[in-house]
Amino acid sequence: MRIIACVKRVPLTDAAVKIGADGKSIDNAGFEYMLSFYDELAVEEAIRTKEKHAGSEVTVLTIGPSECSKELRECLAKGADKAVILTDANWASRDARSAARVLADKIKELGADVVFCGRVATDRDQGAVGPMLSSYLGAACVTDVVKLDLGPTGGTAQRETEAGIETVAFPLPAVITCDKGLNEPRFAGLKGIMAAKKKTIDESKAADIPNVARVVKMELPPPRKAGRIVGEGAAAVPALMEALRNEAKVL
Amino acid sequence: MTTILVFVEHKNGSPRRASLEALGAAAGTGLETVALVTGAGAAQAAAALGTHGAKRVIVVTGADTYSPDGTAADLAAAAQANAAKAFVAAASATGKDLLGRVAGLLDCAPFADCTGFKLEGGAFTVVRPIMAGKAIMTAQSDSPVLCATLRPNTFPVVTAGAPAAVSQTATKGGKVSVTAVAAKGDAKLDVKEAPVVVAGGRGLRDAAGFKVVEDLAAAFGNAAVGASRAVVDAGWRSHGEQVGQTGKTVAPQLYIAVGVSGAIQHLAGMRTSKVIVAVNKDAAAPIFKVADYGIVGDAFEVLPVLTEAVKKARASS
Repeated sequence: MRIIACVKRVPLTDAAVKIGADGKSIDNAGFEYMLSFYDELAVEEAIRTKEKHAGSEVTVLTIGPSECSKELRECLAKGADKAVILTDANWASRDARSAARVLADKIKELGADVVFCGRVATDRDQGAVGPMLSSYLGAACVTDVVKLDLGPTGGTAQRETEAGIETVAFPLPAVITCDKGLNEPRFAGLKGIMAAKKKTIDESKAADIPNVARVVKMELPPPRKAGRIVGEGAAAVPALMEALRNEAKVL
Repeated sequence: MTTILVFVEHKNGSPRRASLEALGAAAGTGLETVALVTGAGAAQAAAALGTHGAKRVIVVTGADTYSPDGTAADLAAAAQANAAKAFVAAASATGKDLLGRVAGLLDCAPFADCTGFKLEGGAFTVVRPIMAGKAIMTAQSDSPVLCATLRPNTFPVVTAGAPAAVSQTATKGGKVSVTAVAAKGDAKLDVKEAPVVVAGGRGLRDAAGFKVVEDLAAAFGNAAVGASRAVVDAGWRSHGEQVGQTGKTVAPQLYIAVGVSGAIQHLAGMRTSKVIVAVNKDAAAPIFKVADYGIVGDAFEVLPVLTEAVKKARASS
């Protein structure tokens, strides 16, 4: 099976945010990076799928700067076979459509039976690239997957929605976006780390597809109005109820 | 005439509130609002949409089994057939799933989970939190069709207007199909859509400690239980309840955080709630920095009393 895991490098989730001088961007000075939390699940599921289907190969694919070879090397150490960076100096501001089109073109070139993505990247919070990819590829897609049963020509997946747990049947080729609960990502072992040094990371320039999402303004969220401690312990409950009823008017 | 296309979710013919909010936001643009409904009970749902802002309703037939890619194809076709300037849906699991698919089919930019949406001088402007709410982006689209999902509990439901004109169209069908839905326990509200969220954290000591949180949520009648990442990772609660950067972003009328210290990732996921109440033993907990009202105290002492007070208030209202 030809397996591709699409990943993205994002700022650490505890990063404090500053607005760029142009008022339209995030100031990324001083950011440290990680693979987006859900992309770790995508890589893990790709490797597990390879382990279950003999003769499979896992390629990890990203759009980003050359420096994200650091994150990709970790994926290789965990068991991925190849890695590809589509280099782009402006990777952080590339819009979802542009990213999906560039990834789709590369996936067509590489060939894939199944593409794993994270449910959402924890920087832009769109969750759109996975399903967009499926439209560009003409492939099936299941998003937010928490349980996966994959066969040679298709499979079933479960996803959590407001209505409950959906069971979804799909054929291959397919794009699967991975949600928390699907798996527990492994750590790379020493053997894997050594093996990863011999694996190749292919770099080529990402096609320039101009953004159509135009940022007009970027700002910090408005500070919340200062609150107050209404009291201590159970004795404070009447004061809280009074405030919720007559001041906040939410009861 | 140019239109705005809205995907409306329903449960057995009863439209979901988050979808009615999206319909209201669409109607607010002044464009002719075209709603699309699909699945068993779609005709029944269609009948209710005229008084919530829809001018016309498209009922998709032959789609009793839900297909996400089939529905996306139906929406893309409807957008083109009706010269839609925008496609909007609720930022629910289903809506967010459709957003990327439809945006891909129309080759347009998607905007997920918007908290602002308006049409001015012929251009749409959307506002959406990014990095789980640590920054707020205002954006416009150079695509021919603006594609967006709107955050639940953020836009008002419109209740005016006349019954909409209903038409039918056969589904294009898809490759993917939902074969079963295992419903949640009786009428359990989703943490993203509930008007009140009672969230618990590590201060509740163990999984059994969530009883006090569940009791308070039950007393409200319209509340969902939320959880911090720490307790989800510990296996006390399911990931579906997790609020924060690797969980859900919520904006209820009232958010009550119990025994939640308030890590930056958690605050990002709930800071746009209208009113925030925190109950925590530690007066220095960061959660108090975003709370409108705080009680410093032990959850196991405070919550039972609060639960009784809420029950009493509801009984007398």
